[in-house]
Amino acid sequence: MSQSAAPALSNTDRNPGMPLRIDWFDQIAVNTQAAERRAATLTTRRTVKKEWQAAWLVNAIRCIDLTTLAGDDTEDRVRRLCAKAVRPLADHIMAGLGLEHLTTGAVCVYPTMVAAAVRAVAGTGIPVASVATGFPAGLMPLDLRLAEIRYAVDQGAEEIDIVITRAHVLDGNWTALYDEVAAMREACGAAHMKAILATGDLQTLRNVYKASMVAMQAGSDFIKTSTGKEGVNATLPVSLIMVRALRDYMDRTGHRVGFKPAGGMKTAKDAIAWQILMKEEMGNDWLRPHLFRLGASSMLGDIERQLEHHITGRYSASSRHALA
Amino acid sequence: MPTVTEILETMDYGPAPEASGEVTAWLKARGQFGHFIDGAFTKPGKGFASANPANGEVLAKVSQGTQKDVEAAVKAARAALPGWSKLAGHERAKWLYAIARHIQKRERFLAVLEVMDNGKPIREARDIDVPLVARHFYHHAGWAEMLEDEFPGARPVGVCGQIIPWNFPLLMLAWKIAPAIAAGNTVVLKPAEYTPLTALAFAEICAEIGLPKGVVNIVTGDGETGAALVGSDADKIAFTGSTEVGRAIRKATAGTGKKLTLELGGKSPFIVFADADLDAAVEGVVDAIWFNQGQVCCAGSRILVQEGIAATFQSRLKARLSKLRVGDPLDKSTDVGAIVDPVQLTRIRDLVAKGEAEGAVLHQAEAQLPAKGCFFAPGFMTNVQPANIVSEVEIFGPVATLTTFRTPAEAVELANNSRYGLAASIWSENVNLTLDIAAKVKAGVVWVNSTNIFDAGAGFGGYRESGFGREGGREGMREYLSSPVVKAKPEAEAPDLSAAPVPGAPSKGPAPIDRTAKMYIGGAQKRPDSGYSYAVMGKAGEIGLAGLGNRKDIRNAVEAAHKASGWGKATGHNRAQVLYYLAENLSARKAEFTARLKAAGVAKAADEVATSIRRAFYYAAQADKFDGAVHSTKSAHVTLAMPEPFGVMGVACPNDAPLLGFLSLILPAIAMGNRVVAIPSASMPLAATDLYQVFDTSDLPGGVVNIVTGAKDELAKTLAGHDDVAAMWYCGGPDGARMTEAESSGNLKVTWTFANRDWHGSDGQGRDFLLRATQVKNIWVPYGE
Repeated sequence: MSQSAAPALSNTDRNPGMPLRIDWFDQIAVNTQAAERRAATLTTRRTVKKEWQAAWLVNAIRCIDLTTLAGDDTEDRVRRLCAKAVRPLADHIMAGLGLEHLTTGAVCVYPTMVAAAVRAVAGTGIPVASVATGFPAGLMPLDLRLAEIRYAVDQGAEEIDIVITRAHVLDGNWTALYDEVAAMREACGAAHMKAILATGDLQTLRNVYKASMVAMQAGSDFIKTSTGKEGVNATLPVSLIMVRALRDYMDRTGHRVGFKPAGGMKTAKDAIAWQILMKEEMGNDWLRPHLFRLGASSMLGDIERQLEHHITGRYSASSRHALA
Repeated sequence: MPTVTEILETMDYGPAPEASGEVTAWLKARGQFGHFIDGAFTKPGKGFASANPANGEVLAKVSQGTQKDVEAAVKAARAALPGWSKLAGHERAKWLYAIARHIQKRERFLAVLEVMDNGKPIREARDIDVPLVARHFYHHAGWAEMLEDEFPGARPVGVCGQIIPWNFPLLMLAWKIAPAIAAGNTVVLKPAEYTPLTALAFAEICAEIGLPKGVVNIVTGDGETGAALVGSDADKIAFTGSTEVGRAIRKATAGTGKKLTLELGGKSPFIVFADADLDAAVEGVVDAIWFNQGQVCCAGSRILVQEGIAATFQSRLKARLSKLRVGDPLDKSTDVGAIVDPVQLTRIRDLVAKGEAEGAVLHQAEAQLPAKGCFFAPGFMTNVQPANIVSEVEIFGPVATLTTFRTPAEAVELANNSRYGLAASIWSENVNLTLDIAAKVKAGVVWVNSTNIFDAGAGFGGYRESGFGREGGREGMREYLSSPVVKAKPEAEAPDLSAAPVPGAPSKGPAPIDRTAKMYIGGAQKRPDSGYSYAVMGKAGEIGLAGLGNRKDIRNAVEAAHKASGWGKATGHNRAQVLYYLAENLSARKAEFTARLKAAGVAKAADEVATSIRRAFYYAAQADKFDGAVHSTKSAHVTLAMPEPFGVMGVACPNDAPLLGFLSLILPAIAMGNRVVAIPSASMPLAATDLYQVFDTSDLPGGVVNIVTGAKDELAKTLAGHDDVAAMWYCGGPDGARMTEAESSGNLKVTWTFANRDWHGSDGQGRDFLLRATQVKNIWVPYGE
């Protein structure tokens, strides 16, 4: 079990990025209807049952960036979240599943909460991820955004979830987008960078593909769908197109980029759906935390209830499980 | 069972079997089945086993329908007909509604039974077949309700014999039975011998809801049972299956007056342009040829890829292929199930081997096939040329061919290089290109950036040797309705045409300049190939000579008609202008035509000319108004039902009404954009040949109307048998009708045979002529950004 339940280190072979190549994406054809058809049948073509379902849900836990990004976050609330990340399942469920060690992939918090989170997960190997760059809208002067990254890294964040300037995508200003993300990547230093595209704001799948490609060319280690604050957050069609973009980037450069859907995924069913997407479109490597994260908070609770049901045969209640 | 820890390493899907206990119990309780005739199951007779192709296990014994069984079923249907057809539409709607409800109540049972009998994956039976079955009955409950409003004056055809294939057993049953009984017909349906079980389960539903007995009868059996049904006194035969059997049915029903619809094979093109969303197109291939084990008549089995992207497309296709899961059809994570029967498996293997022998390279999924059962790993073949057998023949298995093209024009050329014309799939993000290609492909169903999308509200059916008739939507309902009866009018048969010189008395007075009518081919007058003419006799002896046409004249006329292809692309307005001009010029020569008809002994000569002019006005008016529809199908889809001309049509005109009868047939045909090879009245061809100059002065492009004079049935036989003629109208007696229908089986051209009628009245013109001069192409255009 040691390997599969090992702390979720970010991808070790980082994406070094490359000079901007607009011709890799400006003519991209994305057929929305076809993407929606494919997304709709992913979960009707595949299912997991019994032990397999349990294993896939456990796998989802080790890929979760357990998140709190609320205006009323406090250090105590963050400590509670971290405690859950360290011990996501009750002992009897762990025993019933035959597991010895399991943590979430990371915890994800605001920059001012990083220090508290780092203290709370000290010694567990769980990385602390911090949002930065004027999350969620990102409409702050660039130097302040870069300073925020450096602050979070300085506080001990090993992963930085940045947001892009949506206007650059909507205006087709790829150079500006590239320069911004590349600067952020530099500011991250050793910390791994996840680029949030805020796909709900980008609206079209073509925009999503283009923004994905620029973010990868600029050196993102992960591309991430949403802040959780847009009107529409992670959806399967959007995820499908981002994953195809990272496949194309890998085919051309050999660099493997991770994927993180975030926001709006609340159920164990969602956890399975996104894993099916990764396995079908990419393969098993993208079912590991170094290349796949689920940005979620309430999803874990639902997974726990499903796993307890798997063990006991009785439907479970939330009150039986520790709050995140 | 592996542990959670072990699965965390492999991240396999694991087994996910759909439970089959309910179905097994049902099969066990029934054991063997009789036929469902007159509302009850007959005692099981001699028969055969229906097996599960995934494991070879026998599921049930079913009875082999005999001639007697078929007769009994047809008799029951006949007896039920008066009551059922006289029911108010609303009453029939309630029965169809009840059937739809019951199918939904049994959705999982029917899906599992279908999977076990057919071998298709449970996902497809559950998510595609059965929901479409219910949808079909709901949709047609609606047609029953609205019948009188929507098809005023139409009557049911009568007893319908329906023969369905094994690839979508329950869905094809729904496509056949729903429109038939909605329109007030009663049916005898024969399911395929490989897959009779869901039809029998359907029969139980009919019994359970108390559907009036005899309305739906189900007789199981093999091809012999089907032949008995074709030979029965059913009023209509509807068949879905192979082109070979379809051809035999066409011959067998020739001259019987049975209405016929055929949904046959296909070798449908799947065209991928360089600017397509390639991932979408790859997924399209999954839904096309790797759907239902490739046992889909409309499957995109010929992949045509633009050269520049062929390598990328191929590598993505291979990557996608590697993800397909082949195996237990009842497993919820299976993509490709079992081939329906060992016979079919052998056929697929043989054809693929032939392809490889001709140089094709087979790319197959490296799936581990189950040790037993009928399985074939899906794949595709490259290095395939149009001249190879696998490009031409329907494999009916999960193997497509992949060929490249350079330009849109070449894509169309390759796409249409087939005797079939069922469906086409076109992939490009350029809407101008997709719609241009959609218009140019010869196919009854065209999917833009999608494939294998079906809905009860849209018509489905083919061009060319993929059959004729439509299923679904308004077009489909028409196939189960008869137009109001047209009263036949007896006509004098033409005398034997003699080419022998007739020694006559020298004409008195100054000799007129001799006028001998020639053939009219490609806009020019051509001497008959035979070098013979025959005397045309009027009231008072010979009134002129006409060419004695032969098969070579027909050949030349058909070639000329093909060259006039611009006519079909002209706007309705342009065609209308020509027809108005024709009326104008005919009007200017009214006296001349009247005199000609009078000399020929035509009774109402002046009226015939006047009506002819009016008819030209009528079809000029229709030329830009008889148009299609946008069907209401799925959300975010525009489904266009476009009436298209056949192309080149043959028309054998009545002997009667030599001017009006001729124009009543060719005008609707050309108004819709067809080019015509017409055989005018043999007794009085001069009324038609006099039109040459009218045509010439009316700007009618050469080749749009071609006229070959001579012996009608002899010329009609050549036309009906001509493989490059897409449709044939024959007006005349029963012998000629039988001959026309039998000869048409070569290329399965659409035929319309009918007796002479009163051309002066309302029977002589109308929408019916236009409907028969067109075939409907359904174009699916999904949208959304």
